[in-house]
Amino acid sequence: MSIRAMSSAATTSPSVDKVDGFSRKSVRKAKQKRSQSSSQFRSQGKPIELTPLPLLKDVPAPEQPELFLKKLQQCCTVFDFMDTLSDLKMKEYKRSTLNELVDYVTVSRGYLTEQAYPEVVKMVSHNIFRTLPPSDSNEFDPEEDEPTLEASWPHLQLVYEFFIRFLESQEFQPSIAKKYIDQKFVLQLLELFDSEDPRERDYLKTVLHRIYGKFLGLRAFIRKQINNIFLRFVYETEHFNGVAELLEILGSIINGFALPLKAEHKQFLVKVLIPLHTVRSLSLFHAQLAYCIVQFLEKDPTLTEPVIRGLLKFWPKTCSQKEVMFLGELEEILDVIEPTQFVKIQEPLFKQISRCVSSPHFQVAERALYYWNNEYIMSLIEENSSVILPIMFASLYRISKEHWNPAIVALVYNVLKAFMEMNSTLFDELTATYKSDRQREKKKEKEREELWKKLEDLELKRGLRSDGIIPT
Amino acid sequence: MAGADGDDSLYPIAVLIDELRNEDVQLRLNSIKKLSTIALALGVERTRTELLPFLTDTIYDEDEVLLALAEQLGNFTMLVGGPEYVHCLLPPLESLATVEETVVRDKAVESLRKISQEHSPVDLEVHFEPLVKRLASGDWFTSRTSACGLFSVCYPRVSSTVKAEIRQHFRTLCSDDTPMVRRAAASKLGEFAKVLELDYVKSDIISLFTALASDEQDSVRLLAVEACVSIATLLPQEDLESLVMPTLRQAAEDKSWRVRYMVADKFSELQKAVGPEITKNDLVPAFQNLLKDCEAEVRAAAANKVKEFCENLPEDNREQIIMTHILPCVKELVSDTNQHVKSALASVIMGLSTILGKDNTIEHLLPLFLAQLKDECPEVRLNIISNLDCVNEVIGIRQLSQSLLPAIVELAEDAKWRVRLAIIEYMPLLAGQLGVEFFDEKLNTLCMAWLIDHVYAIREAATCNLMKLVEKFGAEWAQNTIVPKVLGMANDPNYLHRMTTLFCINALSEACGQDITTKQMLPVVLKMSNDQVANVRFNVAKSLQKIGPVLDSNALQTEVKPVLEKLATDTDMDVKYFAQEAISVLVLA
Repeated sequence: MSIRAMSSAATTSPSVDKVDGFSRKSVRKAKQKRSQSSSQFRSQGKPIELTPLPLLKDVPAPEQPELFLKKLQQCCTVFDFMDTLSDLKMKEYKRSTLNELVDYVTVSRGYLTEQAYPEVVKMVSHNIFRTLPPSDSNEFDPEEDEPTLEASWPHLQLVYEFFIRFLESQEFQPSIAKKYIDQKFVLQLLELFDSEDPRERDYLKTVLHRIYGKFLGLRAFIRKQINNIFLRFVYETEHFNGVAELLEILGSIINGFALPLKAEHKQFLVKVLIPLHTVRSLSLFHAQLAYCIVQFLEKDPTLTEPVIRGLLKFWPKTCSQKEVMFLGELEEILDVIEPTQFVKIQEPLFKQISRCVSSPHFQVAERALYYWNNEYIMSLIEENSSVILPIMFASLYRISKEHWNPAIVALVYNVLKAFMEMNSTLFDELTATYKSDRQREKKKEKEREELWKKLEDLELKRGLRSDGIIPT
Repeated sequence: MAGADGDDSLYPIAVLIDELRNEDVQLRLNSIKKLSTIALALGVERTRTELLPFLTDTIYDEDEVLLALAEQLGNFTMLVGGPEYVHCLLPPLESLATVEETVVRDKAVESLRKISQEHSPVDLEVHFEPLVKRLASGDWFTSRTSACGLFSVCYPRVSSTVKAEIRQHFRTLCSDDTPMVRRAAASKLGEFAKVLELDYVKSDIISLFTALASDEQDSVRLLAVEACVSIATLLPQEDLESLVMPTLRQAAEDKSWRVRYMVADKFSELQKAVGPEITKNDLVPAFQNLLKDCEAEVRAAAANKVKEFCENLPEDNREQIIMTHILPCVKELVSDTNQHVKSALASVIMGLSTILGKDNTIEHLLPLFLAQLKDECPEVRLNIISNLDCVNEVIGIRQLSQSLLPAIVELAEDAKWRVRLAIIEYMPLLAGQLGVEFFDEKLNTLCMAWLIDHVYAIREAATCNLMKLVEKFGAEWAQNTIVPKVLGMANDPNYLHRMTTLFCINALSEACGQDITTKQMLPVVLKMSNDQVANVRFNVAKSLQKIGPVLDSNALQTEVKPVLEKLATDTDMDVKYFAQEAISVLVLA
């Protein structure tokens, strides 16, 4: 059973007020902004005491590294932000200390002793690594629902800020840091991308990007773990909040791939990125996903065929919204396609487009018909009109007479006109044979029915015989 | 199946394969779903030599088609010529077991498990086990995931050398570097342990279990909890403490709430598996912690188990454990901040009364019931009311009736119709327990008010409720208390209410019997045949059809027949239709 199913099992079951089909989501939204915090902070009970330390700028330079370490250690203490009344003074003290640390790593020189590295990583780990709490709304819909915000953000934000400044600092030496920022660290960092708080995911994106840039030894590992997150997301849980952020990072990673592409990268494209299109919540990360795909194709045009075949395989059957997204992505791909690649996939591709054009959902039909406004695509179609026109003709002809939406009919007339100008001989031929072609199709359909009927009769006979009712 | 070879001239394989290749996915899917028909037409020989190779080669298709194929192949043994040839099915299923889409893969594994049983021991070693090995050492994670589900089906039937290999493969997959494979292995750990010899359980399984239970990913750790139940059941009592308990204790305090949730969710099974002694010493404190967990999800899961856990405590000091350790936690949960926790508790808390007996129930549990009956969340109140029967057995419902009434009234008027629906469904039960006097005095008006609810589902349920009440309290009660009110609604200006009268009559006629039906109900129905709303008129026809069997033939002929005949000539199409239907069903033509 998936975690997702499990976590909701605990809260969904006969929840009376959720089942009511008439409760409007917009009404539910009126609730106050929700916030949450990790479990580890709670039930400590006792008040926390930190001994105030002098400001870094108030002590002589030689003593600063020592004080810097002490402050880092103090900041390892985490507070319970769900309890808004406890430890107010100490929370404020930690906040100002963190602020001071942020400034300090930005402007100071010579502070980064070798001893500081483990302390920095320890402080960051203590603050940011935590088990994310269960999602409050059991069917969290990121498009409709307000995200649950992290309660400890006043501290957390400064910790992230500090960590990024640390990683970007001129004195930062990856060769020392790699002892502490290791695979385990990265793994925990990646898990945090599931945070519901978009502010946190945004910081995480920068952090991971910096780590990927500075630690060459971790790159393959990071890519592999992102792979795992995506595969789990697609095939197991369908739930992970940080997909868009991870794809954004990948977009720039792909940009930097050396040519020729390694088999590993091609596998990632075909086995991970393409299947990501199947997920229900595609709209939340589709832009980033399409960007990654196009990046790949610009690197290596020979990948066009597997990509388009992959999209056709996963073409949405019932979700028109997704179909529109697919058509959009396909147009982005066609914008950069090489004519030699286009020829390879034009047949299956236009069979699909012909189905979209005749979709009863006018947005789908409209989106597909817009291809004919794209000059580059038009030129490709024109070059291959002898193949494409026969595929498209029947659908276009039919909807020009049948579609309920006048705007679609108008668009179809334009397309038909364009085809007529492209290849009038073929166009006339197809018009002339339209009726007889349809009749042939019907006849074939009938033959198929008869074949199956015969087969079923046979099964019945055999079935009876093997049951011993009719002796052989 | 002798002579079952197909007729070549009638069914050339090309035609059939064309069907399986059809451009239209839907047609392809249809053909695949009738794959057995095709195989039958081809006969066993050609199914083996032509159809299966074709299927194996062209396995790139839409997942939906592949899913259907994977399912079909699991039932193909007879179609390829029986167990002797069953191994022919392995190549296509092997490909399907490596597909990305989980449902396809799972189905392929299911089919492989099924046909593994049809392999002879020799074939199992020659054909099946090598397949498992190939999958277990596949490059892409999908094949390794599938392999995890196949070890346990072949292990019991192979030689000891092969057994050793299988154990080795399983061990490798438990420490696979992709979490997907480790999850698959962890989820099959319990099943695999069951087919292993006890010595290997102790030597192999325990170390794998311990490793998986401390995996870096919580999604793996929580699956180990499930395995824990099976493993603990297999081991002798004296080994549990040293081999299982350290891991279980750690899981109950895991930093991830998902793992703790799993422990709570499996608590009853765990309790049974480890036995009474460990339960007393270890599980009781662990359960207390789960009931006090900081995550509501965990508390709710634990609260759900309160009754079962208490029930299964060793009887000698069950009461003492409950009173001193469990009840204090339960008391806190009654005022939990999370409504799911409270409602989980409310669904089981009444069950404690049978365990604790009358005195404890009155002194300790009753205040809790009463508090939950006043809870702000309707679901909590509903759960309490729906379990009243447990308390009734122990202390009688009277103790509660004072608090019960306001709670019922409030739920009966809840703004959410599903809440109202739920309380209606408990009415017959409540009526049975509270008795007719209490009912007439306090609840009857509610039941009648639901008949004119603005939601159809409520009116429908209210109708059905009346029928059950009549079954309980008898026809005489019906005649005095509800029939007059129901019939009065026939003159209501709202046609929906007039129709409710008809629906009530439909439901009540049988329970009320011939006398009441003929004398009181029938005249009203007949009179309504002149209603100006067509919907009412055709419902009259329907009602007459319904109550017809309760009436005597005289009434049918002299009163019902003329009215139906008149309705059969109505200007409204539907009225005509239902009138004619009634005439023919009642054989009045």
